[in-house]
Amino acid sequence: MSQEIKADVKLNLEGLLCPIPVVKVSQAIKNLAVGGVLEATATDPGVLADIPAWAKSTGNEVLSIERQSKVITFLIKKVK
Amino acid sequence: MEKNDGVTIIVFSGEMDKVFAAFSIAIGAAAAGKETNMFFTFWGVKAIQKGNLTGKGFFGRMMGLMNRGGINTIGPSRFNFGGIGRWMFKYMMKSHKVTLLEELRKTAIDLGVKLLACEVSMQVMEIDADDLIDEVEKSCGVATMLEKAFHSQVTLFI
Repeated sequence: MSQEIKADVKLNLEGLLCPIPVVKVSQAIKNLAVGGVLEATATDPGVLADIPAWAKSTGNEVLSIERQSKVITFLIKKVK
Repeated sequence: MEKNDGVTIIVFSGEMDKVFAAFSIAIGAAAAGKETNMFFTFWGVKAIQKGNLTGKGFFGRMMGLMNRGGINTIGPSRFNFGGIGRWMFKYMMKSHKVTLLEELRKTAIDLGVKLLACEVSMQVMEIDADDLIDEVEKSCGVATMLEKAFHSQVTLFI
């Protein structure tokens, strides 16, 4: 129940495959202010591992990951 | 000050599947904010050629014909079957909505991945700077590639 956190930007990555989701997330995060939250939805199961890994290497924070049938929703906070 | 955490990818192979892997990794690295350089040598030069026929002398022109460059010309390292494999792979990639190789290269360029060409390979195979796509930064040698690699945390040879 992480829906109390409000996303500043929403990004639809449904249907996209590696490495494009990570590219789009990094571009969207670039345009956010520090502390801003991005909500991204994707359908490629690979993002379950890849977006947290990307966040780890860039120093950003994945606030939540939710999976409803095929759609995976991420909340990502820009830390720096 | 150099950050010493870049990524250097030496693209030696000129086959669709290996070039695909190289560009995917480069994109991932660039998306993680790393300075990323790709050094195309030997068969790898094909991935950054415009795709026109190349060569001056007899052997050079033969090479340009039999080993034609261009990102849409190269076939997979296995199951190419004289071009049928390339067509099949493209078809399968499209139906699974995988980004096509040319778009992948464009994404890498848009993300600031630097493309370097091996000068010796170009000379031996009679490939001119004009035969390469405009986004190639320059042609260079092993010292330039190593200088990038010395400042990298990850160096790959594909």
